Amino acid sequence: MATRYFGARIKRNEDRRLLTGSALFVDDVELPGMLHAAFVRSPHAHARIQNLDVSAARCLDGVVAVYTADDLGPYWRPGPLLVPAPPIKDLTFHLRTQVPLAKDKVRYVGEPLAIVIAQTRYLAEDAVAAVTMDFEPLPAVVDLERALAPGSARVHDDLSDNIAAQVRQTKGDYAAARASADHVVRRRLVYDHGASMPIETRGVVAAWDRRAQQLTIWDTTQAPVFLRNGLAAMLGLSEHQVRVIAPFIGGGFGPKIMMFYPDEVLLPWATMKLDRPIKWIEDRLEHFSATTQERSQTHDAEMALSRDGRILGIKDVFLHDTGAYNPYGLTVPINSQCTLLGPYVVPAYDSRFTAVFTNTPIVTPYRGAGRQHGVFVVERLLDIAARQLGIDRAEIRRQNFIAPDAFPYGNEIIYQDFAPLSYDSGNYQPVLDKALSIVGYDRFLSEEQPRLRAQGRCVGMGLACYVEGTGIGPYEGAKVQVQSNGKVSVATGIGTQGQGHFTSFAQIVADQVGVDVRDVDVVTGDTARFYWGAGTFASRGAVVAGTAISEAASAVRGKILHLAAEHFECAETDLVLEHGRVTVAGAPGLTVSLGELAHKANPMRGAVRPDTEPGLEATRYFGPSGGATANGVHAMILEIDPETLMIEIKKYVVVHDCGTVINPLILEGQIHGGVAQGIGNAFYEKLMFDADGQLLNASLADYLLPTALEVPRMELAHTVTPSPLNPLGMKGAGEAGAIPVGAVFAQAIEDALGLPARGLEILEIPLSPNRLFELIGAKPI
Amino acid sequence: MKPAPFKYVAARSATEALGLKAMHGDEAAFLAGGQSLIPAMNFRLARPAVLIDINPLIALDSIRAQGGGAVRIGALTRHRTVERDPIIARHQPLLHEVLPHVAHLQIRNRGTLGGNLAHADPASELPAVMLVLDARLRAQSINGERWIEASAFFKAALTTALRADEMLVEVEIPELPPRCGTCFVEVARRRGDFALMGVAAVIGVSEAGICTQARLAYCGAGDTPVRVEAERSLVGGTLSTAAIRNAAASAACELDPPGNVHAGKDYQRHLAAVLTRRALLTAFERCRERTIEEEHDGG
Amino acid sequence: MMAADVHTIAVKVNGTRHTRQVESRLLLSDFIRHELQLAGTHVGCEHGVCGACTVLFDGLAVRSCLMFAAQCDGHDIETVEGLAPDGERLHPLQQAFHEAHGLQCGYCTPGILMTAKAFLEATPAPSEAEIREVLSGHLCRCTGYQHIVDAVALAAQRLRSLPQEPTENGA
Repeated sequence: MATRYFGARIKRNEDRRLLTGSALFVDDVELPGMLHAAFVRSPHAHARIQNLDVSAARCLDGVVAVYTADDLGPYWRPGPLLVPAPPIKDLTFHLRTQVPLAKDKVRYVGEPLAIVIAQTRYLAEDAVAAVTMDFEPLPAVVDLERALAPGSARVHDDLSDNIAAQVRQTKGDYAAARASADHVVRRRLVYDHGASMPIETRGVVAAWDRRAQQLTIWDTTQAPVFLRNGLAAMLGLSEHQVRVIAPFIGGGFGPKIMMFYPDEVLLPWATMKLDRPIKWIEDRLEHFSATTQERSQTHDAEMALSRDGRILGIKDVFLHDTGAYNPYGLTVPINSQCTLLGPYVVPAYDSRFTAVFTNTPIVTPYRGAGRQHGVFVVERLLDIAARQLGIDRAEIRRQNFIAPDAFPYGNEIIYQDFAPLSYDSGNYQPVLDKALSIVGYDRFLSEEQPRLRAQGRCVGMGLACYVEGTGIGPYEGAKVQVQSNGKVSVATGIGTQGQGHFTSFAQIVADQVGVDVRDVDVVTGDTARFYWGAGTFASRGAVVAGTAISEAASAVRGKILHLAAEHFECAETDLVLEHGRVTVAGAPGLTVSLGELAHKANPMRGAVRPDTEPGLEATRYFGPSGGATANGVHAMILEIDPETLMIEIKKYVVVHDCGTVINPLILEGQIHGGVAQGIGNAFYEKLMFDADGQLLNASLADYLLPTALEVPRMELAHTVTPSPLNPLGMKGAGEAGAIPVGAVFAQAIEDALGLPARGLEILEIPLSPNRLFELIGAKPI
Repeated sequence: MKPAPFKYVAARSATEALGLKAMHGDEAAFLAGGQSLIPAMNFRLARPAVLIDINPLIALDSIRAQGGGAVRIGALTRHRTVERDPIIARHQPLLHEVLPHVAHLQIRNRGTLGGNLAHADPASELPAVMLVLDARLRAQSINGERWIEASAFFKAALTTALRADEMLVEVEIPELPPRCGTCFVEVARRRGDFALMGVAAVIGVSEAGICTQARLAYCGAGDTPVRVEAERSLVGGTLSTAAIRNAAASAACELDPPGNVHAGKDYQRHLAAVLTRRALLTAFERCRERTIEEEHDGG
Repeated sequence: MMAADVHTIAVKVNGTRHTRQVESRLLLSDFIRHELQLAGTHVGCEHGVCGACTVLFDGLAVRSCLMFAAQCDGHDIETVEGLAPDGERLHPLQQAFHEAHGLQCGYCTPGILMTAKAFLEATPAPSEAEIREVLSGHLCRCTGYQHIVDAVALAAQRLRSLPQEPTENGA
């Protein structure tokens, strides 16, 4: 079978609609009689609700309804646990999930207290302003260590403290490793990851058709199938009565896979009650609290090494901020715990974390999903060890790499997919070699850096390695069908938020079924088109759904050839399937179009043989036995003005191995975008909460996303180590760009400013010129 | 984030605009570029009951040379117009230099000079530039008009000397004296963001190489733009590297920056010293270039 | 209880004149999207920072979230829908974005296209630095900007090689 499309830089099928402004996003949905919702939100991070008076709001012109927790009756209940705690021995886990509208107490600024439904969003906001509320403020729990101190206010009164979970995972014998070590590095490191800030905020449109008894929901969700299932159950409907559509989505990055947000749970309830369609579009101010985010971890970490730089063991004790509620279980800190091991042989590991409730918004995965934190810890410890032992920083990494013949490599501890962490494949040396070569590592250190330093310029190099577990289960499914017009339709349960599924999936099918890639129509994110699926997260879309699509397409190919062979009374091996036709090899007159064949496969009359399935279609599911492990190396040259501490990135290199690549153009875009978010995380973005849990920079003027002037041109390269866990050998790539950037920045800035020689180290992210000034001062004028 | 309700009037004349403002006082706001006012209204931080749209008053959108290099700029003149104007480029290089730092092109297409100055954000660059250039601002009301010196115009954060019934209509910037060079430098987190610290400098040097004037104004250093006494230490001297360095250090000591979410006071003060030094050096350098130009023009 | 303050406006959008009654506080972005049903212009922040809502107002790139519809009486607006009016042939900018993979989720794209259109008319042969500068008024969370820069440069090249046509007003 010729592969014309798979692996090629195919331009995207979805572009035209997006470029002409005709693609449907949730806020583009307009329905007759549609009403608009706005929320009354808590101004306090922690307070008892003493009075909530919506009577004035209810009276305003254009206001149709105002609901509080009391109005919801039995519908009011805490949301479900989305991700159970993994099966780890002696784990402590206290589940506390978000409620649709606060009752008795509010636990973060922005927590919803009431929903207003009015003729327009403008009028709804007027009504929100007319609601009176009285609170008894309580001390806000914000700092992680103070949250655990005796006597701290408790986010959840029914718990004895603010501990949401305690987890310890070990491998080997760390105590023994430390005892035998020649060298131990111990540091406290703080890593703060921020908010996803997609340019499209969240939104929900819920429309109940009383006659048809059908509920249709448009939602910016990354998990339409599970949202449908959960809402149907909550509302007492059958799953077939509920359709969730995730149309074009303006960026997901993780927080759009949090489910059963208060707004998602309330709008369907309200539309059924009012018998009118209702729309809620999150505004940017709301997004800072109403959509989940990631925040900080504080690590006390220690690495034990031999004097020649071999890692003997790592011990890490960390605190993880989970926010006011923890519906997403332990995914983020487990990822931190696992990803810390990196591409290295770590014979002994003792990792313990405490997830802490705080009076701040809920933490759930955001691109990288806790991996950043783990990578930062191990990469910084290695940098420090390298310096102290007099070993080159690339060398110390190289010598600790897992060897290419050691796969699958078992790391024993439990990963976010509940299975022991196992790296399926990898070959790390070539990736490092390539990165060093492209960035010009040796030449920079021996020649360029000394030369520029002599001119008084501060330039530095940063490099970091990482391994990323991708492509995890449970499963995804797909249906591929040849239509009577000869075009091929594909449906799968996951959603798309810009990563090009409409094209990459079409490429997979086009090769198998012998059609032009533009003749493959892909539908994602519509529960009426495909019933089953988990969602788009954890860099798994292309791997898991892609494999299911490939299997289904392959099955359809088989049906095409079988039916055509019957039709032409020849052997299947005599047939050529291409350009939308099946032709007998060497007999151009003996040809049939796929459309005709599809028509033939669904006869209107006559008899068919037993067990015949109509049409040229197949549905397949794929559940990988484990995650496929991608890896990469980032290297950066940065210049910093020693007086102002402003930076300029001179070179940014990414070498990445995500196995077999479907579309290199799309992959590049994913890496670029991930790195841009990493740059934001490293040097520009920081959610600044004060001691009262108030966010001080809740606007895009003060929460700083990098622009085209802050993100440099990048150089990318790839190696390919196919995964043995799926037939096409694919690994995920969606998060790769974002993961090691913090570590790279810390190293590069230390190097540029010559900090170690001054007895200074960078042990935290994010940085900023001001923060650098606080940490290290600056050159006096 | 939708604004609260208001009554909108598109003013057909300055008289109508001023009459409405006199009637409603602080309950009314002028809508010029809207690039500062409308975000505040969308956040419901500003809730004027009456919005007087003065965009139709196109006579206020003008740049006129006053002879010798002085210019009068109508309050409604868009930043982008000022940025591209050849008279400004030639005669008011400091203003020409600062404008690309003001927000972004899309904002400068609507935002106006008068609107920016009347808004008086302490981190905004233009008030500091007006202050260092000794500009004066013309305010009108139904009762007449008056000129206000830049040094008296900016009272506190987001507060100017304009009375409740007044509208800013024009800014006059005097000519730059001969043998003068100017420079504006700032540090901002990203291009177009408000300055963490910004300095506008004017330096004049005699034929003998003696400093005849030195002016420094800062944005982001207080709740209004500020000048510093340290300016005077340079006048009468030779602008040596040491003199400039000392002046920069003194200027930084004089300032009492407020600190904000992006920059602590100490860092701001440090930046003030660094940027003052750089601005003075560059202004001095340009002084020489401008002098050569002037001599070439026979001016 | 204040009755809504309503004004009649006549505004040309993509060459078509629309006469409408609008409440004074209706943002231009909402007017375009929901009153005129031109949903290609997107809303990302409503405080003028992200640029997703950028349209051309009398030929200049502006934030439609920072204007009221009521201000637009007698004015001329261009939105992304005006770039390929017959829906078939893409504008060279759109074509270039397609070829250079200058979009992923596409949400920020219409605003960028409008800025780029006006920019390339004024600066037909921009450097990469100039392109990045004009793009700095737009936030994109997906692409890291590199392919957007390439797309604008490609469009500039294509537009320069087109035969010059006189514009409507002879400018």
